[in-house]
Amino acid sequence: MTHLVLRSLKKSFGNKSVIDGLDLQVNEGDMVCLIGASGSGKSTLLRCINLLEPIDDGFIELDGQDISDPERDPQPVRQRIGLVFQSFNLFPHMTAEENVMLAPRRIKRLSRDQLRPAITALFNRFGLSEHMQHYPDQLSGGQQQRVAIIRALAMQPEIMLFDEITSALDPELVGEVLDVLRQLKSQGMTMVMATHEMGFAREVADKVCFLCEGRILEQGPPEALFGNPQQPRTKAFLSAVL
Amino acid sequence: MTVARAAPGRTRREIHEARARKRGIVIASLSTLLVVGAIMLLVPLAPGWEAVQKSFFNGEVFLKTFPKLLQAFLLDVAIFAWCAPLIAVWALVIALCRDVRNPALYPLRLFAILYTDIFRGVPVVLVVYLIGFGVPGLGLPRPWNSPYIWGSLALILTYSAYVAEIYRSGIESIHASQRAAALSLGLSKSDTMRFVVLPQALRRVVPANMNMFIALQKDVALLSFIGPVEVLRQAGVFKSLLANFTPYVVAAIIFLCVTIPATRYADYLITKQNRARS
Ligand SMILES: Nc1ncnc2c1ncn2[C@@H]1O[C@H](COP(=O)(O)OP(=O)(O)O)[C@@H](O)[C@H]1O
Ligand SMILES: [Mg+2]
Repeated sequence: MTHLVLRSLKKSFGNKSVIDGLDLQVNEGDMVCLIGASGSGKSTLLRCINLLEPIDDGFIELDGQDISDPERDPQPVRQRIGLVFQSFNLFPHMTAEENVMLAPRRIKRLSRDQLRPAITALFNRFGLSEHMQHYPDQLSGGQQQRVAIIRALAMQPEIMLFDEITSALDPELVGEVLDVLRQLKSQGMTMVMATHEMGFAREVADKVCFLCEGRILEQGPPEALFGNPQQPRTKAFLSAVL
Repeated sequence: MTVARAAPGRTRREIHEARARKRGIVIASLSTLLVVGAIMLLVPLAPGWEAVQKSFFNGEVFLKTFPKLLQAFLLDVAIFAWCAPLIAVWALVIALCRDVRNPALYPLRLFAILYTDIFRGVPVVLVVYLIGFGVPGLGLPRPWNSPYIWGSLALILTYSAYVAEIYRSGIESIHASQRAAALSLGLSKSDTMRFVVLPQALRRVVPANMNMFIALQKDVALLSFIGPVEVLRQAGVFKSLLANFTPYVVAAIIFLCVTIPATRYADYLITKQNRARS
């Protein structure tokens, strides 16, 4: 079943067009990987889907419902879509647990005591049970990024977006974060992920999309896109990064 | 030639730094002594020194007026103590008003802009005069004609304008990614401000605000112009009574006893913060 549909999406900053009539379909439970050169619009696309950036034109449909109507308040939509950033962006003045609890407490009006069992379970599941009371600057990059993922998951989103979440990590910490994504995939979470981890994309993705100048130039299952790219620019990009 | 041997547990660099530090302290002490000594020797040679000493640094007058002046200074502290929290709160209201983006609330924004422009543009002493003499001139009944109330209000209104700007600079210094992270979770704009941006911004501006509040403690003395017998006014009374300026020196020393440690502490906080951020 299609879960997320983007139709002729357009977004520009000033007169610089960044997303230029982009179409994309994401099926329920799928992992879609966005690859492409730096500046090709991956981050902007993910921020548009989460409605952090207002789009100029086109449609975003989530579960068959148009969520991109500029007249409507984006806040309820954002609660349904989790977004994890390259630079973690944890709140530095809060412990890991407070970081995770803030949104459900304020939005779902649940008390800390009501939230604690579910959130403790999340921390346990991702191997962070000892770090709930730590502040972000007491955690390694990999731990911070996993807390950031838990923070987004705590709102029980229908879909998760990841923006190069391992790019800021030391190489030896990348694995622990990718493991979290494997777990989520096995639990059937729908995910869209901008990444430079080609090995991971090849292993886990259901669909890989090559972004170029604000459009999806080529897409397909990883075997096809990595094994037999059709477009010269896809070939050039892949031979440069692989 | 002797070769510097590393003492057990100390690197050659540590030994060098310890030596350099020692040398620095010795040189600084010597040059300070020299300058202070020169001043103490030369100033008394000035032709008018004896007269100045008698009227500004009179030990007898100092001892006689000190207790009373210290007591009067407590009034300065009290005025400070009730103004400071009100400034902290009112300034926050102004700072938040300046940030509203809702068109229906535009008047609030306009008000905040005008407010900060006006009160930062007028000398404090003028505001103290205008409000301190002006409002009681309306012939209000007691206690509403008290110069304490209107003098304090003048300080609160003026200082809030400055502190509001400090808050705003703190709010703007919080990186956009923090706001983005909060909004992406579905938090409302006001919750994002209240739980994510403000707590970080307020912490960041503590040193700058401390400098503002040190200035406030000094400016409390301006209320002496409209009535309250605080330390400056009390010193003036003694001056007329004893025909001697020493009470002013006493008052200055009392202020310094409070402001110097506070200033040092604020500087310490600023250095600490800069180090943490670099
Ligand atoms: N807030 C912004 N204002 C202006 N230009 C932006 C902004 N965000 C991104 N861009 C521009 O949009 C283009 C795509 O950026 P981005 O989405 O970050 O690409 P990617 O994530 O693929 O590296 C870049 O040229 C970038 O300079
Ligand atoms: Mg990016």
